Amino acid sequence: MTQHLKRGPVSRWDLFWSFTKLALQGFGGVLTIVQRELVEKKQWLTNEEFVEDWSIAQVLPGPNVINLGLMIGQRHFGFSGAMTAAAGLMLIPSLVVLSLALMYGSISDNPITQNALMGMNAVVAGLIIATGLKLLPALKKNPLGYSLCIFVVALTVVLLNVFKLPTVWILLVMGGGCTYWANQQLKKAKQSELIE
Amino acid sequence: MTLTLLDWFSLFINFFGASLLAVGGAISAAPEMHRFLVDEHHWLDDATFASSITVAQSAPGPNVLFVAVMGMNVGLIASGGVQAGWPAWAYGMMTAYTALIGMLIPSGLLTLFITKLAHKHKDLSIVRSFKAGLAPIVVGLLLSAGYVLNIHNNHPSSDWPLWIVTLVSAILVWKTKVHLLLLIGSGALLGGLGWLQA
Repeated sequence: MTQHLKRGPVSRWDLFWSFTKLALQGFGGVLTIVQRELVEKKQWLTNEEFVEDWSIAQVLPGPNVINLGLMIGQRHFGFSGAMTAAAGLMLIPSLVVLSLALMYGSISDNPITQNALMGMNAVVAGLIIATGLKLLPALKKNPLGYSLCIFVVALTVVLLNVFKLPTVWILLVMGGGCTYWANQQLKKAKQSELIE
Repeated sequence: MTLTLLDWFSLFINFFGASLLAVGGAISAAPEMHRFLVDEHHWLDDATFASSITVAQSAPGPNVLFVAVMGMNVGLIASGGVQAGWPAWAYGMMTAYTALIGMLIPSGLLTLFITKLAHKHKDLSIVRSFKAGLAPIVVGLLLSAGYVLNIHNNHPSSDWPLWIVTLVSAILVWKTKVHLLLLIGSGALLGGLGWLQA
């Protein structure tokens, strides 16, 4: 059994610059690049850990990618780590965004710009979907079992897109149901462990 | 017209209040922001409000930065607009960060608190069950990005090129290591050339 090396940021400076670089590449949103960099390249988290963290970051109020950064930062360097991660995600990027907003506020009326933005947003939607697809294998180790997970994923997609149910409703009702079911599965697993 | 001290406080406290409403992302609180920025205080007009979101979403960085752009526009407009030169710009920077910091504090503290609590009790089955139960739902949310982002204007007859772009991008990112910026740039190019209008 190979030893799993626990990787992570080597310093707060590393944390800050890593998140800064991630944010600056995140046109249209940072999620896809965060998953690619932190899970696939740097391996600070496994795919399973990413799904778990993202679930919490998404469910808690507030900007989800910031929540994720706070969580990861806190994990490695406590409160100062959380602040460092948040600063990385927002300090330099905010200066960039504000400068852009200042300069290009007027050209947003231009139809060419609007069409370019539409094209960009179409790509970004694809990026986010791809991130979802990449996270599917992480559900294999879920206590609910892979097939049930896939069913829940499909159900969520249908309820959201076809029936246009509000997200909060889905999170509460399905979230509650799945939590309950996961709890049952975990109890069962524990019991069979005790019997052995 | 510049902002009074009460205005500064209102700006901060309104975004502070919007923070906990932003379930699922900062954008969820946009209707509330529209209410106090446009309807109540008339600090921004509709066009500026909308373009603040668009600019921030197209620019690099977390999308919550649209709050900073809105805040900046409040200060800019209140001090005479871009033509008023660098004092207006400096003013705008201050209102930008007032809004952003207000937005980040409540949700940030909650996240830190909950995460610490969850970590302390991570072996408690309720914590593990919660993470396990939410995981597939959250993945489902991501797969619904096309809808959630609402970037397609619900005109399937003319929207189909955009959907193809979304599909192709999704497959490329899923299965290849193509550089994300290349894809995004291509999307902007195709869009700008007008090729995505059926």
